Amino acid sequence: MSDAGMSKIVKTMTGVCFPFILIFGLYIIVHGHLTPGGGFQGGAVVASACAMILIAYGSIWTMKKIKEKHLSIFESLGALMFISLAFFGIFLADGIFFDNFLVKGAFSFFGLFANTATGVADINTAGVIPLMNIAVGLKVIAGLFAIVLVMAYATHKIKEVDDQ
Amino acid sequence: MNWRVTAGGVFLIIVAAFLIYAALLSPTFGLKDSEGDYIERPMDQHIIDETQTQTGADNGVTAVVFDYRGFDTLGEATVLFTAVAGVIIIFRRLKK
Amino acid sequence: MMAFQIPYLAVAGLIIIGLYAVLFKRNLIKMIIGITLIESGVNLFLITLSFREGSTAPIYTSSPGGPMSLPVPQALTLTSIVIGVAVLALMLSLVIHIFKHYKTLDVRKIREEDN
Repeated sequence: MSDAGMSKIVKTMTGVCFPFILIFGLYIIVHGHLTPGGGFQGGAVVASACAMILIAYGSIWTMKKIKEKHLSIFESLGALMFISLAFFGIFLADGIFFDNFLVKGAFSFFGLFANTATGVADINTAGVIPLMNIAVGLKVIAGLFAIVLVMAYATHKIKEVDDQ
Repeated sequence: MNWRVTAGGVFLIIVAAFLIYAALLSPTFGLKDSEGDYIERPMDQHIIDETQTQTGADNGVTAVVFDYRGFDTLGEATVLFTAVAGVIIIFRRLKK
Repeated sequence: MMAFQIPYLAVAGLIIIGLYAVLFKRNLIKMIIGITLIESGVNLFLITLSFREGSTAPIYTSSPGGPMSLPVPQALTLTSIVIGVAVLALMLSLVIHIFKHYKTLDVRKIREEDN
């Protein structure tokens, strides 16, 4: 990818299209327990929107705005949330690892059940599954964006050293 | 260099023969036996029948990934984390 | 009876083409594309095992009723796709590192320069 980005028309249209793709990807992540989708699929959609920004604006500009230190903090937050939800099953409920403790009546934070008669349900059903979807979605977005950003910036640096 | 090409060709033909023989021995596509009912799969039938009452979710695949088989998803998250860490470590020296 | 096994024959075809690309090509990027083809063949095999004739997706929101396809092989395919992405990212960063050091992507020239 060229280092200074593409022409003015491409930059403007990317800036217009980026919020719509972001909202669509977040919709797929949050409604993971009702419609097809989930954490990994929605994370891939948002990561490809971020890769579109990287191609249109060039790798130098993007590296100045977003360093990979902040992206690795995001990814560690997602992984810590996922593993702590797994360990709460031991401490706050029966003592089983990866227990769905919010549905078995201890807290009822997200604890409704799906309606078997009509087949249409609310979002605050299914216990610990939507929270795990959000954690895995954060991890996939930050991880894939960090991979693409570091590879693009390293290729630019290699070409710069070669030209001297 | 010529014996390398012949050795690669013989290996490829043996693996191709095994793969095509295995493709013809697989279960019927559509999982119906000779009378016309479905072949029995007790574990998946139990998951399909009991998802809405045991987990409260409407999506069978998400319930399997995060509730019935959550330990595999923990291993997969570890693999993704290791790959990102490896890529950043390989390109660390160029940023000075 | 042989006409019904077409998805399994497609799996065998994908793996054979991927193996040919790994064994007989000289460019490093073409070898990586061959490994990705083998990965796609294995994912297709896992999804083909989960189909029931005349069934719908295993989702209950506004479902039309009737038999449902098996959800467990679809969950295993999800894990396999993510592991494929992780391995591809590490392979490509190693290829960039090799290109910076040897200035060529031909496998035979790299082996001669090392000897």
